[in-house]
Amino acid sequence: MQVDQLYQEIILDHYKHPHGRGLRDADDPAASVAEAHHVNPTCGDEVTVRVATDGAVLHDVSYDGYGCSISQASASVLHELLAGRPAAEAFAVHAAFVELMSGRGEVTPDEEVLGDGVAFAGVARYPARVKCALLPWMAFKDAAARAGVDTSPTEVQG
Amino acid sequence: MTTIAIPPGMPQYGDVPSYDVAAVRADFPILDRKVNGHPLVYLDSANTSHKPRQVLDVLREHYEWRNANVSRSVHTLGTEATEAYEGARAKVAAFINAPSPDEVVFTKNSTEAINIVAYAFSNASLRPDADPRFRLGPGDEVVISEMEHHSNIVPWQLLCERTGATLRWFPVTDHGRLDESGLTDLVNERTKIVSLVHMSNILGTVNATSRITQRVREVGALLLLDCSQSVPHMPMDVVDYDPDFIVFTGHKMCAPSGIGVLWGRAELLAAMPPVLGGGSMIETVAMSGSTFAPPPTRFEAGTPPIAEAVALGAAVDYLSGVGMRAIQWHEKQLTAYALDALATVPGLRIFGPNVPVGRGGTISFALGDIHPHDVGQVLDSLGVQVRVGHHCARPVCTRFGVPAMTRASFYLYTTTEEIDALVAGLEQVRKVFA
Repeated sequence: MQVDQLYQEIILDHYKHPHGRGLRDADDPAASVAEAHHVNPTCGDEVTVRVATDGAVLHDVSYDGYGCSISQASASVLHELLAGRPAAEAFAVHAAFVELMSGRGEVTPDEEVLGDGVAFAGVARYPARVKCALLPWMAFKDAAARAGVDTSPTEVQG
Repeated sequence: MTTIAIPPGMPQYGDVPSYDVAAVRADFPILDRKVNGHPLVYLDSANTSHKPRQVLDVLREHYEWRNANVSRSVHTLGTEATEAYEGARAKVAAFINAPSPDEVVFTKNSTEAINIVAYAFSNASLRPDADPRFRLGPGDEVVISEMEHHSNIVPWQLLCERTGATLRWFPVTDHGRLDESGLTDLVNERTKIVSLVHMSNILGTVNATSRITQRVREVGALLLLDCSQSVPHMPMDVVDYDPDFIVFTGHKMCAPSGIGVLWGRAELLAAMPPVLGGGSMIETVAMSGSTFAPPPTRFEAGTPPIAEAVALGAAVDYLSGVGMRAIQWHEKQLTAYALDALATVPGLRIFGPNVPVGRGGTISFALGDIHPHDVGQVLDSLGVQVRVGHHCARPVCTRFGVPAMTRASFYLYTTTEEIDALVAGLEQVRKVFA
């Protein structure tokens, strides 16, 4: 397997020039804000994801962290895909990303849904790195739940 | 490496025992494989070593010819299996110059060996009639160091939580050496045990233990050396080093996983209460209570890893055949070569001693601000296998202000060509993340 399948140009771009990095306060003081800090104990990657929402729309998804290119690029893509989206849509994207990463390279990603997230298709072939890619997405899910967004999959399907 | 001419009459480089590395490599079938289209360059022996055919043959022969449970059968297979198991114990004892095979307790690994000592303390602390050397309570102290593997940190943290004793530790200097400047304060009359790594699994530092041993004797404490990284790579003589306990693990020294060793002075092992209870470790059992076998059996409850122990005996034979002095010297030469070679890589920072003195062939480094996971991944694509992460020694990473490190580690089969492949691979890493 060629390593450039893993380190797609898109991933390296997001790593070197992250989008929306930094934890931010909510613009609307009435918004519900919560965050979650996740670590990858095997390598020491860390990410904090913060969600600001009115319960229906994710006004902001901000993050900060330290780690490998895969985990940090994944956080950048997470922000780009989910910030400003209605919660139900965001969780459909979340489910698609988790499915892609769990697919061992057998899942063909839908660019309409995943945008730059399709670049992570190659990561799914490296079981040791799947956790890196999923780290910010799992932190996001926790943060959203803490902010009072209903994250149950049945709601997402509806 | 610069070779300095040694005056005639002095010991010469040529006097140092050596061996044919190519011949040794031919004993390790796995070294022939390719990884991602490249020849395997295995630089992760501090994590686990490969196994020579001689060890694998013994493992297979044991199961194909004399498989039986040990220490309980009168039949022929049981007798032969017991002889093989106890024979391995004698080989291991000779390998570390232990005065008696009965001082060698077979365990699952170093972690279990350390836990046996820690839990012996714990159990003794609950019994007023136990040997006072093993009784711990508030006011007593346990000393470790900042460069320990988690397996030599967590058991002592848990022990101190259970007993109310205080955990203290030696710091690490900027050069990755043990900071002994506070020795007399750190090891004092309150100290019950000092548990120290002999060679760091992350910094490569080999700790000089004599001053610490002397201080431990002065205050009447006990000394445990974690030799997981030293016994596989250099001659070990427990009489000469004079600790009270050492631990090491088979899988890092050409043996299978699942077998490790706790060596302890006979008199101390005899004073320790049992830890795991069960079959084999008893003298007699009644419903009203039990009495226990003498060491080492007292600490080997249940059916042990028999074939693994026999294979450890074969590994000891193999390493002794090559010669531990020769292995140590080979790795010293590799380390000198690697330190020089890595110094040519722009942006590379070595953690730990940067001279091949008082250190072994385990080198951790950072490459600029490229995350070790990314370094390791690109190297893997070139067949180069290194370890990345915190190496189960997170306090060392914290000490040097990084979340993770990349580590290359060598063994008797490692070549300078493999170090060249590492250096070339690091150039590739720099290109990808430029």
